[in-house]
Amino acid sequence: MNTQAIGSAPERGKSFAHVAEASWGKGLSTLLRIVRMTLRHPWQVAITLVSTFIAATLQLFIPRLLGRAIDQAQGVVAAGGAAAEHALWNTALILLAVSVLRGLFTMAQNYYGEAVGHRTGYELRLAFYEKIQRLSFAYHDRVHTGDLITLGLLDLDGVRMFFATGILRVVLLGVLIGVGAYLLISTDLVLGLLSLSFVPFVAWRSSVTQLKLRSTWLTLQERLSVLSRVMDENLGGIRVVRAFAAQDHEMEKFDRAKQDALALANRRVEIRVGNTSAMNFSFLAAMGLVLWFGGQKVIAGQISVGTLAQFLTFMTILQMPVRQLGLMVNSFARASTCGTRLFELLDTELDIEDAPDARDLVVTDGLLRFDNVGFRYEGASGRPALSGISFEARPGETVGIVGPPGSGKSTIAHLIPRFYDVTSGTITLDGQDIRGVTLQSLRKAVGVVQQDAFLFTTSIENNIAYGNPWARETRIERAAESAQLHNYIIGLPAGYTTVVGERGASLSGGQRQRLTIARSLMLRPSVLVFDDSTAAVDAGTEQRIRAAMKRFAKDRVTLIISHRLSSLMHADQILFVDGGRIVERGTHEELLALGGRYRALYDLQLRPDEDRLEGAA
Amino acid sequence: MPAQNDDEKEDKSGRPTKAVVGSHRDEEEVFGKAYDPRIIRRIWSFVKPYQSRIFISVAAVLVFTLTQLAIPLVIRYAIDHGMAPGRLDRSVMIGATVAFAGIILINYAASHVQETVVGKVAENVLSDLRRAMFSHLQRVSLSFMDKTEVGRLMSRLQGDVNSMQEFLETSVMSVGDIVLLFGIVSVLLWLDFRLGLLTLSTMPMLFIVRLFWLPRAKVAFMAAHETNSIANGALAEGIHGVRTVQSLERQHVNFDLYDEKVLANLNAHLRSAKYAQVMVPIVDTLTGIAMATVIVVGGSMVLSHSLDVGVMVAFLFYIQRFFDPIRSLTMQYSVMQRAMASGQRISEVLDVPVEVSDRPGAVSLSRDMDGSVEFRNVTFGYRQNLPVLKDISFRVNPGETVALVGPTGSGKSSSMALVHRFYDVWSGEVLVGGHDVRDLTQDSLGDQVAMVLQEPFLFSGTVLENIRYHKTSAIREEVVRAAKAVGAHDFIEDLPDGYDTELEQRGGNLSLGQRQLISFARALVADAKILVLDEATASIDSYTEMLIQKALVTLLEGRTGLVIAHRLATIRGADRIIVLQNGEIVESGNHEQLMERKGLYARLYNMNYASFDDISEEDMERDMAVGKAT
Repeated sequence: MNTQAIGSAPERGKSFAHVAEASWGKGLSTLLRIVRMTLRHPWQVAITLVSTFIAATLQLFIPRLLGRAIDQAQGVVAAGGAAAEHALWNTALILLAVSVLRGLFTMAQNYYGEAVGHRTGYELRLAFYEKIQRLSFAYHDRVHTGDLITLGLLDLDGVRMFFATGILRVVLLGVLIGVGAYLLISTDLVLGLLSLSFVPFVAWRSSVTQLKLRSTWLTLQERLSVLSRVMDENLGGIRVVRAFAAQDHEMEKFDRAKQDALALANRRVEIRVGNTSAMNFSFLAAMGLVLWFGGQKVIAGQISVGTLAQFLTFMTILQMPVRQLGLMVNSFARASTCGTRLFELLDTELDIEDAPDARDLVVTDGLLRFDNVGFRYEGASGRPALSGISFEARPGETVGIVGPPGSGKSTIAHLIPRFYDVTSGTITLDGQDIRGVTLQSLRKAVGVVQQDAFLFTTSIENNIAYGNPWARETRIERAAESAQLHNYIIGLPAGYTTVVGERGASLSGGQRQRLTIARSLMLRPSVLVFDDSTAAVDAGTEQRIRAAMKRFAKDRVTLIISHRLSSLMHADQILFVDGGRIVERGTHEELLALGGRYRALYDLQLRPDEDRLEGAA
Repeated sequence: MPAQNDDEKEDKSGRPTKAVVGSHRDEEEVFGKAYDPRIIRRIWSFVKPYQSRIFISVAAVLVFTLTQLAIPLVIRYAIDHGMAPGRLDRSVMIGATVAFAGIILINYAASHVQETVVGKVAENVLSDLRRAMFSHLQRVSLSFMDKTEVGRLMSRLQGDVNSMQEFLETSVMSVGDIVLLFGIVSVLLWLDFRLGLLTLSTMPMLFIVRLFWLPRAKVAFMAAHETNSIANGALAEGIHGVRTVQSLERQHVNFDLYDEKVLANLNAHLRSAKYAQVMVPIVDTLTGIAMATVIVVGGSMVLSHSLDVGVMVAFLFYIQRFFDPIRSLTMQYSVMQRAMASGQRISEVLDVPVEVSDRPGAVSLSRDMDGSVEFRNVTFGYRQNLPVLKDISFRVNPGETVALVGPTGSGKSSSMALVHRFYDVWSGEVLVGGHDVRDLTQDSLGDQVAMVLQEPFLFSGTVLENIRYHKTSAIREEVVRAAKAVGAHDFIEDLPDGYDTELEQRGGNLSLGQRQLISFARALVADAKILVLDEATASIDSYTEMLIQKALVTLLEGRTGLVIAHRLATIRGADRIIVLQNGEIVESGNHEQLMERKGLYARLYNMNYASFDDISEEDMERDMAVGKAT
């Protein structure tokens, strides 16, 4: 469909490579699977195929009728004025009827052909969307978002269009060439062969060219995406460009990328034009031959002028579908590669889903327990991300987790709502292994406020209510109040209906994080995890957030993961994580007294401030 | 659970009231006026360089159309003079075949020339157009760039430029279509006036039908297009936000909402398919009527020997091509409308004024200048009557480091932008090395003033290329030395390919702190006399933080530094601190002096924040109140 627009999206990168690699082995079974999918609409498929057959057959009658009319006009068939006139009327009316019917059946063929494709596309889109939403974090870590979007737009289109541009064309061409050849050759062998002589050449040229254009198209998309990356980065980083007075350098980059794309675009024009004019020429040359040899035969009295005209008009009818043969070949190639990839995603097994006998989580107290938990990222080598993690958090308790970057502290947060599954050990909530309860009940009970959470392009209100879109305004406002965002929101001209997100009003980093906190509070989770999610919130506001939440915190386990000690030094229990292990644990005072890693970090971060406080006091 | 939810029994059975998937901004006008002389002139200015090629292709299109018109005539000639009963003539046949061969050779050559030339000219014009826009955007004022989303500009540079392609390619073809249309009409009338008139009477019918059909069909096509982009937008959002969706268990709600959008798209597609296909039987019926007319009327004329049979054959051939030009010409109307709408938006970009440019006779700032920066009574703002800086004067002596501090919106970033002449002042002057920046060439100013922005922006390419971004001639050793000086060398070496590691888009594979260090190295390689630096506010882990503080010292060594400082360590390390508030300088001096004054600085300092930017407005207001009270 609109491949142009999609192809030019800036995030495309190198995601086209896959479309080029032909997978002929799987190809056939993929095509069969697409056919099976289209057969889910048996009536529409049947109507389409029957209409195609009838329309093509009717079309073949037109040259015959024209030929007959010409002969009748010359008085070859019926002698005598009135009878001949009558015969002409007869032919004319049949021709009119055939034309009208052919038009109607072609309409049915095209409409239902497209309808089948669109319905199949509809089903595929839903299946794709559902699958994407359920695939685990591990899958999404592995696969680029750009690739998934390509898959959902371009590849899906390739599959959707297969019925109309692939299968139907085969039927149409089969009828036209098969029945047509029989009719022509049975009328006159030599002329029949001559009028079909352009078919193999055009079919071959058209297929070769389409495949060539297809592969250059992929390269062109890549080059264009380089060009759009240059432009996108330049415009996004325009201040850096100006700051370094690098406009000339940027123009050079642009020109290089532009030249690459332009050279190929011009080359493609040549390929395309070389092909169309050669096809035209071969068609016209065949026509010339028919005219020459046919003319000889007419002169020799072997055939009538009408028969010659019949051959010539038949050729004009055949010209279009034969030229489109290349598109048909392209459609097959595209459907098989696109389909293979698409089905691979649809067939991916979910690595995290409800156990067969999963029950809803029942939260009584809300006791969270890590028991000797180990975790290794899929495909990662070296030491595991986490090992031997054990701790317990009672309702009302706050656990602080601190450690250098890459120590595994965020991983702990991701294990509780089963974004990933533990590799060893167990995590239990009120004694229930989290792998034994339903995902839905678990995730409703565990709120994770993520570091850079995604804001959806919609109103602030809808964003806060994202987990509970039935919520009332008062509840949304209360969550915003707790997150210390309410005052800011009501100061906005549109208040809670202000649109935020990618295309909306821009919020500062701290405001985004506070919005995310409000969003998590909406679900009233039994376990609330802050995954470095107050990094951009200033210390004062953070303190107020903490104070506001304290009122509700008595039934809840709170986990604070941060590298800012001031965020978590008030926790009931602090875990210092390094290299995937808990290396120190205790309260702030205990850890300071211990004089280990925690103490060192404290000296680095907070000492000067405290000195200053003392100095100022 | 807290007791207070009792008042909120939510009914979750119905449609969620606060949920949408995907965002949809009203599409921009897709169709403009069909003809807008201003835009045509603008497009023509880009086509003009290819003028001679355009003439060639128009000539080729004419030749091509004429050969198409001639082919049925040759067939007619062969039939009437070579094979009609009683007029069998072999030599006529030879002549006709030779003529036919000649015509198809010309046809081949003409179509080849025309399509190649038009195709290439179109590609080149698009490329030129895009370059002109891009190049213009390099010079337009930053205030325009600040206001405009990158995505919006990209859609101008890509979508709008691409939609001109169809217009450029088909315009020349339209000339051919018009000639073909008139050609067929004239040839039919010339061959036999009466029969021609009768046959042609079906033609206006198609015109009338299409006039009714087009506006309705266009609405249906647009709806299909628009619902499609809505559904695709929702899909993209679902993919980008999948982690949030899963953690908040929104899958079911989203699925239902997505289903609605895809279903709407399906229905719009089916509707537009109906509109597209309904023309098929109409055109076929009209063709049938025209052919039946020729058979009945023409056939009787042949029977009564008032018409040659070859003419009848030629008529039948022409009729088969009859409706093609009408179809493509009516389509061309929409193509023109679309092109005008896009052309309008392209013109808007090209017409954005360039506010800051080198004045005639601007001098180049020499490397030997002293490196001082001075603001003299500078007033500046972005919107009229809303000055951001009010009559500011200060001087940074060569080699000195001055820290600008103050709450958000106090005018720090604007001062920094003015040193680099991103904008021009309203009144007063900004001097660099003793010269008013408006008297200097922008390039030379850029060479002597290096800038480090708060958000370190890296380009795709290798680490090496990024560090020598400003000075592409820098050799590897220079880059490594700079990286070592700022403490970035170790982590760069740890990257898979060291300095040759390709950075992901905007340096996505590096942490914020690492990107910051690379941007420091970049400024160091640029080796400018003056460094303007906006310290990052975002929280960086303590280890990297330490590296950055050290790097800063290196970077400022031997340079004049103007630093928008957020971190206490940086502020305390500065030679002088200028405190800005609401666009005015409220205090200046070093840390000790300012602490003694017990003014705004001292109060802010004592509020126990890691950085001044952390101070929320509420705190500021509270502080102001306290300040006034005392």
